[in-house]
Amino acid sequence: MFRRRKVCKFCADKIDDINYKDVKLLMPFVPERAKILPRRISGTCAMHQRKLRTALMRARQLALIPYTSD
Amino acid sequence: MARRYELIYIVSPDATDDQVSDLHNQVEAIMQRMGGALEKTENWGRRRLAYEIGRHKEGTYVLEVINGTGELMKEIDRRLKVTDLVIRHLAVRVDEEQQVVERSRTRRTETSRRRRVARVCRRTVSRVKDSAARVKRSATIGLKVCRRWNDERT
Repeated sequence: MFRRRKVCKFCADKIDDINYKDVKLLMPFVPERAKILPRRISGTCAMHQRKLRTALMRARQLALIPYTSD
Repeated sequence: MARRYELIYIVSPDATDDQVSDLHNQVEAIMQRMGGALEKTENWGRRRLAYEIGRHKEGTYVLEVINGTGELMKEIDRRLKVTDLVIRHLAVRVDEEQQVVERSRTRRTETSRRRRVARVCRRTVSRVKDSAARVKRSATIGLKVCRRWNDERT
């Protein structure tokens, strides 16, 4: 079966700034259990995944994004 | 050396608007005393929290962008910690990150501009070559016609 090659969303859309205040940008990377979506699923490149991680963790501290949810 | 910080604090939902602005004034007073400058302030209003903090489900978010020193931020941090009305706060240094973002943005636009210029150059060169070839072709045709006339006359 042919699977579509995954591309990094931030590289493709040319988003330089992954900001922790931008909840709308971060939400697709937070699945239902509220864990951070791994790279192998989202296809994010290593650099942007690191930036995304810091942004998500800051957003979590400010209760913009949950730590866990069930 | 002034640095730029972003400070966000969440005020308890029980607080009145006066108390929120009072808190803002307190922060500003500390800033003025310690030689900092307020760049921007934003009140996001009341928002739902993603999880309960204490027993609160909502909170008023206030964002301040501050130019100042680390000492100043330490003092503000200390003050916000002891204030009961503030249920959560976060101060992040942003000047370095912003620089990185700006640099990558300029680099991107620069490379795309250079590519565009190169593309235009290539296109112009090929067009010039095309027109040169066309001129040459028509010149040879003209030469042939001339020769034929010449032959016919003689």
